Amino acid sequence: MSTVATDDHHDDHQESPYSIKRWLFTTNHKDIGTLYLWFSFIMFLIGGVMALIIRTELFEPGLQFVDPQFFNSMTTMHAIMMIFGVVMPAFTGLANWLIPMMVGATDMALPRMNNWSFWILPFAFTMMLSTLFMDGGGPAGGWTLYPPLTLQTGDALPFVILSIHFMGLSSIMGAINVIATILNMRAPGMTLMKMPLFVWTWLITAYLLIAVMPVLAGGVTMLLTDKFFGTSFFNAAGGGDPVMFQHIFWFFGHPEVYILILPSFGVVSSIVPTFSRKPLFGYASMVYATGSIAFLSFIVWAHHMFTVGMPLAGELFFMFATMLIAVPTGVKVFNWIATMWRGAMTFETPMLFALGFIIMFSIGGFSGLMLALAPVDFQYHDTYFVVAHFHYVLVPGSIFAIIAAVYYWLPKWCGNMYSEGLGKLHFWLSTIFVNVTFFPMHFVGLAGMPRRIPDYALQFSDYNMLATIGAFGFGFAQLIFLYLVIKAIRGGEKATSQVWENAEGLEWTLSSPPPYHSFTTPPVIK
Amino acid sequence: MSGNNWLKWLLAVSSFFASVGIASAGQPINMPVGVTDISKDVYDMHMIAFWLCVVIAVAVFAVMFYSMFAHRKSRGVTPATFHESTTVEAVWTVIPFIILVALAMPATKTLIAMEDTSDYELTVKITGYQWLWHYEYIDEGVDFYSVLKTPRSQINNQEEKTENYLLEVDNELVLPVGKKVRFLITSNDVLHAWWVPDLAVKKDAVPGFINEAWAKINTPGVYRGQCAELCGRDHGFMPVVVRAVEQDEFDQFLADNTTLDDSAEYAAVTQ
Repeated sequence: MSTVATDDHHDDHQESPYSIKRWLFTTNHKDIGTLYLWFSFIMFLIGGVMALIIRTELFEPGLQFVDPQFFNSMTTMHAIMMIFGVVMPAFTGLANWLIPMMVGATDMALPRMNNWSFWILPFAFTMMLSTLFMDGGGPAGGWTLYPPLTLQTGDALPFVILSIHFMGLSSIMGAINVIATILNMRAPGMTLMKMPLFVWTWLITAYLLIAVMPVLAGGVTMLLTDKFFGTSFFNAAGGGDPVMFQHIFWFFGHPEVYILILPSFGVVSSIVPTFSRKPLFGYASMVYATGSIAFLSFIVWAHHMFTVGMPLAGELFFMFATMLIAVPTGVKVFNWIATMWRGAMTFETPMLFALGFIIMFSIGGFSGLMLALAPVDFQYHDTYFVVAHFHYVLVPGSIFAIIAAVYYWLPKWCGNMYSEGLGKLHFWLSTIFVNVTFFPMHFVGLAGMPRRIPDYALQFSDYNMLATIGAFGFGFAQLIFLYLVIKAIRGGEKATSQVWENAEGLEWTLSSPPPYHSFTTPPVIK
Repeated sequence: MSGNNWLKWLLAVSSFFASVGIASAGQPINMPVGVTDISKDVYDMHMIAFWLCVVIAVAVFAVMFYSMFAHRKSRGVTPATFHESTTVEAVWTVIPFIILVALAMPATKTLIAMEDTSDYELTVKITGYQWLWHYEYIDEGVDFYSVLKTPRSQINNQEEKTENYLLEVDNELVLPVGKKVRFLITSNDVLHAWWVPDLAVKKDAVPGFINEAWAKINTPGVYRGQCAELCGRDHGFMPVVVRAVEQDEFDQFLADNTTLDDSAEYAAVTQ
């Protein structure tokens, strides 16, 4: 962290990075962005350990290491950690760091709320993790929290629900801040259709968050009142319906999966043009495609519940609507490839992760198209084929995009280049192991292995063993990333302002590292 | 940084995993074709969608890899500057849409057939419990519970696991071949899902509600499946086994079984 003021107007409040007070009370978008990103990485390690516990138990048939109930709480907690603790905070961290610099602002629009929306998270996740030590164990009904099973949770249930409320509160405040910043703090001349795509995708994501997090909050509150206050929202004996929870949950849950992927599209749309040395192909169509995906995300939720016993008309509607998503998603992939076409490409680590994203996210998209076909989904539903599908869009999808973003902007953030050799090693190991882990899951899923089981039939043993080996490889490969990032923060070859030969955008006009308050005078937009 | 060393290292790792892959050749890697007309339709639909995805993937990634090879800065190319084309955008919006319509048509047909539970010849009521199944031949006055038969010693690795490990039950659901059997599926406690891959039937068991599904089995045999909706601690230990038999054998099965005292048997199987 440089404490040298780089321009004369700079009113520097920055304190020592070693002062706890600085991090606790900070209202600075860069500090808060850093906090979000480190928080996300810590959660990534915790959620990763949970994944490895799952994979260790599944290394061979039979019960070897953990009790089935604990296994179920590991699958539940792994999902909650990775979704709410890793991907969402990482994107908010990127938004904090980048959006003010990209739109030519000094800081986020609502800096004090920004501080609060971050500092809720450590408390929320401490509470969530503490449920593992409560009577009855942690939540073990799946991250989808379906009643009646979730209502069988022991002492943990109210704590789980309260921490979900906290996470939702944090996300909503983060989203409000993003919208307020983008709509009010743009430099003169930065029209909406001149904004970088990362800003666009985040703007749309923020609206999705505001629309659906309250729905989740409502759903889990109904669980709470069913359990403790005698209501029967989800209890047929009292006139309710357990399936209604699934509708509420997935009305949140499906837009949520786009909350987890849209900012990735923004990241990849920033990186591919830079390393292709060519402007992004089809900027306007990228914006419209993002908007279309966001709209469609609200009308496809019941494809998560084809087996629940819906009327035929409902199944048909949700099948057709779901298939439609392939169109705007395809447009995005085609635009990225058209951006590369006849460019002059180089393959630095951010570009490698972005290209890995395009290919492997597409593989997840293809299995998604297969899953959209309702009659076939009856066979895929709740099997490892689904596990393979959503891990392909989330790990080499969202996580790869986050990693790509860190490599791409890290020299800007800390002023030092990272080690390109280690970065490439990290990429290749991650790519190989992510496929060794998740590709075999397609096979066992199609062959009939249900998800969320601690033990399995003998015919699934070979590919489960392979997946476990891959998972450990992938997990340990991430330690290279940790080492490399710390090394770059502590020193290294100095980065220029532009960092990358063809990088375009306002953030690259600032020094590396940028001044504490990004743009104290509005930049001129061409 | 030596690029060649990384490459050699990578080749070594990937050939290791390729050999593990070949070693696994004996285990199933695809959806079963199944033993009903519907399951065959579903399998065909699955393979059509799969090959369609493969063809699209190969075409798209071929263009991408060609570009990554040919349009590299190290080859001294000058980057082009084009960045939009409404025609091209329209083409790659319309063509995928047409492909999707083509895919949706057979899927719709199969789905309509799957949901048509009319004209059934036999009704079996299936009730999920934590963690076993109850089967009731409604009009025949026969019912029984069906519980995992694999001994605990196999699960806890004290004994060698046998062929149908975790996929075997004490009382199998016996069904006649060639008859349209309607399943009425519900639950007594939490959600379950009754799934037999060979019949292409998977339906959630929802407490307080009754779901319908059906199957007309073409071939006699034993078909194994599992509960497919997380239902608690022993979710992985409540398999489904269907034995499809000829009509006369089925009649004999019904004659040999009667309604059992529910509470006594439930107490017996859950103790």
